[in-house]
Amino acid sequence: MLVQIKVNGKLIKEDVSCDLLLIDFLRNHGCYSVKRGCETSNCGLCTVWMNEKPVLSCSILAIRANNHSITTLEGLQKEAKIFADFMANEGAEQCGFCSPGLIMNVLAMEKELKNPSEEEIKNYLAGNLCRCTGYMAQMRAITKYLNRGA
Amino acid sequence: MLKIQKYTCAQSLDEAYAALVKNPKNCIIGGMIWLKMEDKVVPEAIDLSGLGLDQIEEEEDCFKIGAMVTLRELELHDRLNKATGNVIHDAVKDIVGVQLRNLATIGGSVFSRFGFSDVLCALMCLDASVQLYHAGEMSIQEFSKSNIQRDIITHITIKKNDWKSAFMCLRRSATDISVLNVAVSKSDQYHICVGARPGVAVRYVVEIDDIDKVASIIQDKVICGSNMRGSKEYRSHLVKILTMRALRKVESQDAGTN
Repeated sequence: MLVQIKVNGKLIKEDVSCDLLLIDFLRNHGCYSVKRGCETSNCGLCTVWMNEKPVLSCSILAIRANNHSITTLEGLQKEAKIFADFMANEGAEQCGFCSPGLIMNVLAMEKELKNPSEEEIKNYLAGNLCRCTGYMAQMRAITKYLNRGA
Repeated sequence: MLKIQKYTCAQSLDEAYAALVKNPKNCIIGGMIWLKMEDKVVPEAIDLSGLGLDQIEEEEDCFKIGAMVTLRELELHDRLNKATGNVIHDAVKDIVGVQLRNLATIGGSVFSRFGFSDVLCALMCLDASVQLYHAGEMSIQEFSKSNIQRDIITHITIKKNDWKSAFMCLRRSATDISVLNVAVSKSDQYHICVGARPGVAVRYVVEIDDIDKVASIIQDKVICGSNMRGSKEYRSHLVKILTMRALRKVESQDAGTN
Protein backbone atom coordinates (compact mmCIF):
# COMPACT_ATOMS: atom_id res chain seq x y z
CA MET A 1 0.00 0.00 0.00
CA LEU A 2 1.39 3.41 -0.95
CA VAL A 3 1.89 5.76 1.97
CA GLN A 4 3.11 9.33 2.29
CA ILE A 5 4.63 10.03 5.67
CA LYS A 6 6.45 13.17 6.66
CA VAL A 7 9.37 12.06 8.82
CA ASN A 8 11.25 14.88 10.55
CA GLY A 9 10.01 17.28 7.91
CA LYS A 10 10.94 15.13 4.93
CA LEU A 11 8.14 13.56 2.89
CA ILE A 12 8.62 9.85 2.24
CA LYS A 13 6.46 8.08 -0.33
CA GLU A 14 6.74 4.33 -0.23
CA ASP A 15 4.86 1.15 -0.91
CA VAL A 16 4.69 -0.66 2.44
CA SER A 17 3.27 -4.00 3.52
CA CYS A 18 -0.02 -3.89 5.44
CA ASP A 19 1.49 -5.15 8.68
CA LEU A 20 4.66 -3.07 8.75
CA LEU A 21 4.92 -1.38 12.12
CA LEU A 22 5.86 2.27 12.25
CA ILE A 23 8.99 1.47 14.28
CA ASP A 24 10.28 -0.72 11.46
CA PHE A 25 9.39 1.87 8.83
CA LEU A 26 11.31 4.52 10.75
CA ARG A 27 14.36 2.35 11.36
CA ASN A 28 14.35 1.38 7.67
CA HIS A 29 14.72 5.10 7.02
CA GLY A 30 17.67 5.56 9.34
CA CYS A 31 15.90 6.66 12.51
CA TYR A 32 17.91 4.40 14.78
CA SER A 33 17.02 6.35 17.92
CA VAL A 34 13.68 4.54 17.77
CA LYS A 35 14.29 1.37 19.73
CA ARG A 36 12.39 -1.85 20.17
CA GLY A 37 12.10 -2.78 23.83
CA CYS A 38 9.31 -4.70 25.49
CA GLU A 39 7.08 -5.55 22.50
CA THR A 40 4.13 -5.28 24.91
CA SER A 41 3.48 -1.52 24.65
CA ASN A 42 4.82 -0.87 28.14
CA CYS A 43 8.36 0.45 28.05
CA GLY A 44 8.19 3.64 25.96
CA LEU A 45 11.52 3.05 24.21
CA CYS A 46 9.92 3.43 20.80
CA THR A 47 8.23 6.77 21.54
CA VAL A 48 7.88 9.12 18.57
CA TRP A 49 5.52 12.00 17.91
CA MET A 50 2.66 11.63 15.50
CA ASN A 51 1.24 15.06 14.71
CA GLU A 52 3.14 16.35 17.76
CA LYS A 53 1.63 13.81 20.17
CA PRO A 54 3.75 11.05 21.71
CA VAL A 55 2.82 7.54 20.55
CA LEU A 56 4.35 4.09 20.69
CA SER A 57 5.73 3.33 17.25
CA CYS A 58 5.81 -0.39 18.10
CA SER A 59 2.03 -0.37 18.45
CA ILE A 60 0.92 1.42 15.33
CA LEU A 61 1.05 0.37 11.72
CA ALA A 62 3.01 2.48 9.26
CA ILE A 63 -0.18 2.67 7.19
CA ARG A 64 -1.88 4.47 10.07
CA ALA A 65 0.74 7.22 9.76
CA ASN A 66 -0.23 7.82 6.13
CA ASN A 67 -0.59 11.56 5.52
CA HIS A 68 0.61 12.30 9.04
CA SER A 69 3.73 13.90 10.39
CA ILE A 70 6.21 11.86 12.45
CA THR A 71 8.99 13.28 14.56
CA THR A 72 11.80 11.21 16.01
CA LEU A 73 14.76 12.21 18.13
CA GLU A 74 16.75 12.71 14.91
CA GLY A 75 14.42 15.62 14.16
CA LEU A 76 14.86 17.24 17.57
CA GLN A 77 18.62 17.30 17.92
CA LYS A 78 18.85 20.84 19.23
CA GLU A 79 16.12 20.45 21.86
CA ALA A 80 17.38 17.01 22.84
CA LYS A 81 20.92 18.28 23.33
CA ILE A 82 19.76 20.82 25.91
CA PHE A 83 17.91 18.19 27.92
CA ALA A 84 20.68 15.62 27.48
CA ASP A 85 23.12 18.02 29.16
CA PHE A 86 20.87 18.14 32.22
CA MET A 87 20.75 14.34 32.24
CA ALA A 88 24.51 14.07 31.99
CA ASN A 89 25.01 16.62 34.78
CA GLU A 90 22.74 14.63 37.09
CA GLY A 91 24.14 11.22 36.15
CA ALA A 92 20.67 10.32 34.93
CA GLU A 93 21.81 7.84 32.36
CA GLN A 94 23.48 4.51 32.78
CA CYS A 95 23.06 2.16 29.81
CA GLY A 96 21.20 4.89 27.92
CA PHE A 97 18.93 2.49 26.05
CA CYS A 98 15.75 4.16 27.32
CA SER A 99 17.00 7.72 26.82
CA PRO A 100 15.64 8.42 23.31
CA GLY A 101 12.10 7.43 24.34
CA LEU A 102 12.37 9.35 27.59
CA ILE A 103 13.68 12.48 25.87
CA MET A 104 10.86 12.35 23.30
CA ASN A 105 8.29 12.14 26.06
CA VAL A 106 9.88 14.82 28.24
CA LEU A 107 9.88 17.20 25.26
CA ALA A 108 6.24 16.32 24.55
CA MET A 109 5.38 16.94 28.20
CA GLU A 110 7.13 20.30 28.12
CA LYS A 111 4.87 21.37 25.25
CA GLU A 112 1.70 19.99 26.80
CA LEU A 113 1.93 20.82 30.51
CA LYS A 114 2.59 24.22 31.98
CA ASN A 115 4.65 24.17 35.20
CA PRO A 116 3.90 20.51 35.97
CA SER A 117 4.10 19.34 39.56
CA GLU A 118 6.30 16.38 40.49
CA GLU A 119 3.18 14.22 40.56
CA GLU A 120 2.16 15.38 37.08
CA ILE A 121 5.65 14.70 35.76
CA LYS A 122 5.59 11.19 37.20
CA ASN A 123 2.16 10.52 35.72
CA TYR A 124 3.13 11.82 32.29
CA LEU A 125 6.31 9.75 32.21
CA ALA A 126 4.83 6.59 33.72
CA GLY A 127 5.07 4.90 30.34
CA ASN A 128 8.86 5.28 30.13
CA LEU A 129 10.59 2.48 31.96
CA CYS A 130 14.24 2.54 32.98
CA ARG A 131 15.87 -0.55 34.43
CA CYS A 132 19.08 1.17 35.56
CA THR A 133 18.63 4.52 37.21
CA GLY A 134 15.83 4.10 39.72
CA TYR A 135 14.39 7.34 38.28
CA MET A 136 15.70 9.67 41.02
CA ALA A 137 18.48 11.15 38.91
CA GLN A 138 16.10 11.41 35.96
CA MET A 139 13.61 13.33 38.09
CA ARG A 140 16.34 15.73 39.21
CA ALA A 141 17.39 16.29 35.61
CA ILE A 142 13.82 16.80 34.40
CA THR A 143 12.97 19.21 37.22
CA LYS A 144 16.10 21.28 36.63
CA TYR A 145 15.51 21.22 32.87
CA LEU A 146 11.92 22.44 33.21
CA ASN A 147 13.00 25.17 35.63
CA ARG A 148 16.04 26.25 33.63
CA GLY A 149 14.53 29.63 32.75
CA ALA A 150 13.40 30.42 36.26
CA MET B 1 3.30 -12.38 15.11
CA LEU B 2 0.42 -10.48 13.55
CA LYS B 3 0.14 -10.80 9.79
CA ILE B 4 -2.26 -8.61 7.84
CA GLN B 5 -2.92 -9.58 4.24
CA LYS B 6 -5.14 -6.68 3.21
CA TYR B 7 -5.82 -3.29 4.74
CA THR B 8 -9.01 -1.40 4.02
CA CYS B 9 -9.52 2.23 4.97
CA ALA B 10 -13.30 2.13 5.09
CA GLN B 11 -15.10 4.99 3.39
CA SER B 12 -18.38 4.21 5.13
CA LEU B 13 -19.74 2.03 7.92
CA ASP B 14 -21.60 0.00 5.29
CA GLU B 15 -18.31 -0.79 3.60
CA ALA B 16 -16.62 -1.59 6.92
CA TYR B 17 -19.39 -3.94 8.00
CA ALA B 18 -19.53 -5.68 4.62
CA ALA B 19 -15.77 -6.29 4.84
CA LEU B 20 -16.05 -7.48 8.45
CA VAL B 21 -18.69 -10.14 7.80
CA LYS B 22 -17.03 -11.38 4.60
CA ASN B 23 -14.59 -13.53 6.56
CA PRO B 24 -14.76 -14.48 10.27
CA LYS B 25 -11.04 -13.74 10.57
CA ASN B 26 -11.35 -10.17 9.31
CA CYS B 27 -11.22 -7.57 12.06
CA ILE B 28 -11.63 -3.92 12.88
CA ILE B 29 -8.45 -2.10 13.85
CA GLY B 30 -8.88 0.07 16.94
CA GLY B 31 -5.77 1.25 18.79
CA MET B 32 -4.21 -2.13 17.95
CA ILE B 33 -2.55 -2.39 21.36
CA TRP B 34 -3.61 -5.96 22.07
CA LEU B 35 -4.13 -7.07 18.51
CA LYS B 36 -0.52 -6.46 17.58
CA MET B 37 0.60 -8.89 20.29
CA GLU B 38 -1.47 -11.73 18.88
CA ASP B 39 -0.03 -14.46 16.75
CA LYS B 40 -2.51 -14.65 13.91
CA VAL B 41 -3.21 -13.94 10.29
CA VAL B 42 -5.84 -11.32 9.51
CA PRO B 43 -7.07 -11.62 5.92
CA GLU B 44 -8.47 -8.09 5.96
CA ALA B 45 -7.96 -5.39 8.58
CA ILE B 46 -10.55 -2.63 8.52
CA ASP B 47 -9.61 0.88 9.57
CA LEU B 48 -12.35 3.26 10.73
CA SER B 49 -10.04 6.29 11.04
CA GLY B 50 -11.63 8.12 8.14
CA LEU B 51 -15.22 7.90 9.35
CA GLY B 52 -15.28 10.81 11.78
CA LEU B 53 -15.67 8.57 14.81
CA ASP B 54 -12.96 10.44 16.70
CA GLN B 55 -15.20 13.09 18.25
CA ILE B 56 -16.78 13.59 21.67
CA GLU B 57 -20.08 15.33 21.01
CA GLU B 58 -21.94 17.00 23.82
CA GLU B 59 -25.70 17.02 23.38
CA GLU B 60 -28.34 18.44 25.65
CA ASP B 61 -28.82 15.27 27.65
CA CYS B 62 -25.78 13.16 26.86
CA PHE B 63 -22.22 12.80 25.63
CA LYS B 64 -21.79 10.81 22.45
CA ILE B 65 -18.29 9.40 22.19
CA GLY B 66 -17.06 8.10 18.84
CA ALA B 67 -15.45 4.66 18.87
CA MET B 68 -12.11 6.02 17.65
CA VAL B 69 -11.75 8.55 20.46
CA THR B 70 -8.53 7.77 22.31
CA LEU B 71 -8.25 7.14 26.03
CA ARG B 72 -6.07 10.24 26.30
CA GLU B 73 -8.80 12.37 24.71
CA LEU B 74 -11.27 11.01 27.26
CA GLU B 75 -8.83 11.75 30.07
CA LEU B 76 -8.43 15.37 28.98
CA HIS B 77 -12.06 16.19 28.13
CA ASP B 78 -12.98 18.64 30.87
CA ARG B 79 -16.73 18.83 30.31
CA LEU B 80 -17.13 15.06 30.10
CA ASN B 81 -15.11 14.52 33.24
CA LYS B 82 -16.87 17.26 35.14
CA ALA B 83 -20.25 15.84 34.21
CA THR B 84 -19.30 12.33 35.25
CA GLY B 85 -17.58 13.06 38.54
CA ASN B 86 -14.13 12.45 37.01
CA VAL B 87 -14.65 8.69 37.01
CA ILE B 88 -13.50 8.26 33.41
CA HIS B 89 -10.38 10.34 33.98
CA ASP B 90 -9.53 8.33 37.07
CA ALA B 91 -10.15 5.04 35.28
CA VAL B 92 -7.86 5.75 32.33
CA LYS B 93 -5.07 7.84 33.89
CA ASP B 94 -3.07 4.84 35.09
CA ILE B 95 -3.36 2.80 31.92
CA VAL B 96 0.32 2.40 31.00
CA GLY B 97 1.51 5.78 29.72
CA VAL B 98 0.45 8.82 27.74
CA GLN B 99 1.95 7.33 24.56
CA LEU B 100 -0.27 4.26 24.79
CA ARG B 101 -3.35 6.26 25.73
CA ASN B 102 -2.81 8.40 22.62
CA LEU B 103 -3.35 5.22 20.59
CA ALA B 104 -5.83 3.06 22.52
CA THR B 105 -9.43 3.75 21.54
CA ILE B 106 -12.59 3.54 23.57
CA GLY B 107 -14.19 1.37 20.87
CA GLY B 108 -11.38 -1.16 21.05
CA SER B 109 -11.36 -1.10 24.84
CA VAL B 110 -15.09 -1.75 25.10
CA PHE B 111 -15.47 -4.21 22.22
CA SER B 112 -12.77 -6.48 23.65
CA ARG B 113 -14.72 -6.89 26.90
CA PHE B 114 -11.56 -7.75 28.77
CA GLY B 115 -12.19 -8.70 32.38
CA PHE B 116 -9.45 -6.38 33.59
CA SER B 117 -10.82 -3.37 31.71
CA ASP B 118 -10.86 -0.22 33.84
CA VAL B 119 -12.74 1.67 31.12
CA LEU B 120 -15.55 -0.85 30.92
CA CYS B 121 -16.01 -0.80 34.70
CA ALA B 122 -16.18 3.01 34.76
CA LEU B 123 -18.61 3.21 31.83
CA MET B 124 -20.82 0.58 33.41
CA CYS B 125 -21.29 2.60 36.57
CA LEU B 126 -22.41 5.55 34.40
CA ASP B 127 -25.15 3.51 32.72
CA ALA B 128 -23.45 3.99 29.35
CA SER B 129 -24.89 2.47 26.23
CA VAL B 130 -23.17 1.07 23.18
CA GLN B 131 -24.26 1.88 19.64
CA LEU B 132 -23.52 -1.03 17.34
CA TYR B 133 -23.77 -0.73 13.58
CA HIS B 134 -25.76 -3.94 13.13
CA ALA B 135 -27.32 -4.80 16.51
CA GLY B 136 -28.31 -1.24 17.37
CA GLU B 137 -28.15 0.33 20.82
CA MET B 138 -27.80 -1.69 24.00
CA SER B 139 -26.64 -1.08 27.53
CA ILE B 140 -22.98 -1.66 28.18
CA GLN B 141 -23.95 -4.35 30.69
CA GLU B 142 -25.94 -6.23 28.08
CA PHE B 143 -23.07 -5.85 25.62
CA SER B 144 -20.50 -7.02 28.15
CA LYS B 145 -22.45 -10.24 28.67
CA SER B 146 -23.04 -10.83 24.96
CA ASN B 147 -20.85 -12.75 22.60
CA ILE B 148 -21.24 -10.30 19.73
CA GLN B 149 -18.17 -10.56 17.51
CA ARG B 150 -19.25 -9.55 14.00
CA ASP B 151 -20.35 -6.00 14.59
CA ILE B 152 -18.89 -2.51 14.89
CA ILE B 153 -19.17 -0.14 17.84
CA THR B 154 -19.78 3.32 16.43
CA HIS B 155 -20.47 5.29 19.61
CA ILE B 156 -20.68 5.09 23.38
CA THR B 157 -23.36 7.26 24.94
CA ILE B 158 -23.29 8.57 28.50
CA LYS B 159 -26.40 10.29 29.76
CA LYS B 160 -25.98 13.45 31.81
CA ASN B 161 -27.30 12.66 35.23
CA ASP B 162 -25.49 14.86 37.73
CA TRP B 163 -23.19 11.95 38.47
CA LYS B 164 -21.17 11.77 41.65
CA SER B 165 -18.65 9.00 41.18
CA ALA B 166 -15.39 7.37 42.18
CA PHE B 167 -12.98 4.87 40.69
CA MET B 168 -10.65 2.74 42.76
CA CYS B 169 -8.22 0.06 41.68
CA LEU B 170 -5.27 -1.84 42.97
CA ARG B 171 -2.26 -2.61 40.80
CA ARG B 172 0.84 -4.59 41.68
CA SER B 173 2.90 -1.92 39.98
CA ALA B 174 1.93 1.52 38.74
CA THR B 175 1.15 0.74 35.12
CA ASP B 176 0.17 -2.90 35.41
CA ILE B 177 -3.32 -4.29 34.83
CA SER B 178 -5.64 -3.91 37.83
CA VAL B 179 -5.83 -6.75 40.32
CA LEU B 180 -9.32 -5.43 41.03
CA ASN B 181 -11.21 -2.31 40.06
CA VAL B 182 -14.32 -0.72 41.53
CA ALA B 183 -16.39 2.13 40.13
CA VAL B 184 -19.22 3.71 42.08
CA SER B 185 -21.65 6.32 40.87
CA LYS B 186 -24.62 8.03 42.37
CA SER B 187 -27.47 9.81 40.68
CA ASP B 188 -30.80 8.78 42.15
CA GLN B 189 -29.36 5.42 43.20
CA TYR B 190 -25.91 4.00 43.81
CA HIS B 191 -24.33 1.90 41.07
CA ILE B 192 -21.45 -0.26 42.22
CA CYS B 193 -19.36 -1.98 39.54
CA VAL B 194 -16.57 -4.44 40.24
CA GLY B 195 -14.18 -5.55 37.51
CA ALA B 196 -10.92 -7.45 37.09
CA ARG B 197 -12.43 -10.10 39.38
CA PRO B 198 -10.66 -11.28 37.07
CA GLY B 199 -13.89 -11.72 35.11
CA VAL B 200 -15.64 -8.91 33.27
CA ALA B 201 -17.19 -6.17 35.42
CA VAL B 202 -20.54 -6.71 37.14
CA ARG B 203 -22.91 -4.05 38.38
CA TYR B 204 -25.16 -3.78 41.41
CA VAL B 205 -27.76 -1.10 42.05
CA VAL B 206 -28.19 -0.49 45.78
CA GLU B 207 -29.65 1.78 48.39
CA ILE B 208 -27.11 2.96 50.93
CA ASP B 209 -27.81 3.16 54.61
CA ASP B 210 -24.52 1.97 56.08
CA ILE B 211 -21.38 1.96 53.92
CA ASP B 212 -19.65 -0.89 55.77
CA LYS B 213 -22.76 -3.03 55.54
CA VAL B 214 -23.22 -2.37 51.82
CA ALA B 215 -19.54 -3.10 51.15
CA SER B 216 -19.92 -6.43 52.97
CA ILE B 217 -23.02 -7.27 50.93
CA ILE B 218 -21.17 -6.50 47.68
CA GLN B 219 -18.24 -8.60 48.88
CA ASP B 220 -20.61 -11.54 49.39
CA LYS B 221 -22.23 -11.09 46.00
CA VAL B 222 -19.18 -10.62 43.77
CA ILE B 223 -17.72 -13.85 42.45
CA CYS B 224 -13.93 -13.59 42.34
CA GLY B 225 -11.33 -15.90 40.89
CA SER B 226 -7.59 -16.42 40.97
CA ASN B 227 -4.93 -15.69 38.40
CA MET B 228 -1.28 -14.66 38.36
CA ARG B 229 -2.15 -11.21 39.74
CA GLY B 230 -4.06 -12.28 42.81
CA SER B 231 -5.94 -15.04 44.53
CA LYS B 232 -9.69 -15.34 44.84
CA GLU B 233 -9.47 -14.65 48.59
CA TYR B 234 -7.30 -11.55 48.11
CA ARG B 235 -9.62 -10.16 45.48
CA SER B 236 -12.65 -10.80 47.66
CA HIS B 237 -10.98 -8.84 50.46
CA LEU B 238 -10.22 -6.02 48.03
CA VAL B 239 -13.86 -5.88 46.90
CA LYS B 240 -14.92 -4.77 50.36
CA ILE B 241 -12.05 -2.33 50.90
CA LEU B 242 -12.21 -0.63 47.51
CA THR B 243 -16.02 -0.49 47.60
CA MET B 244 -15.92 1.20 51.01
CA ARG B 245 -13.34 3.73 49.84
CA ALA B 246 -15.24 4.48 46.64
CA LEU B 247 -18.53 4.90 48.49
CA ARG B 248 -16.91 7.26 50.99
CA LYS B 249 -15.47 9.32 48.16
CA VAL B 250 -18.87 9.56 46.48
CA GLU B 251 -20.54 10.50 49.75
CA SER B 252 -17.97 13.24 50.32
CA GLN B 253 -18.63 14.60 46.81
CA ASP B 254 -22.32 14.49 47.55
CA ALA B 255 -21.74 16.41 50.75
CA GLY B 256 -19.66 18.92 48.79
CA THR B 257 -16.49 18.19 50.71
CA ASN B 258 -14.46 16.90 47.76
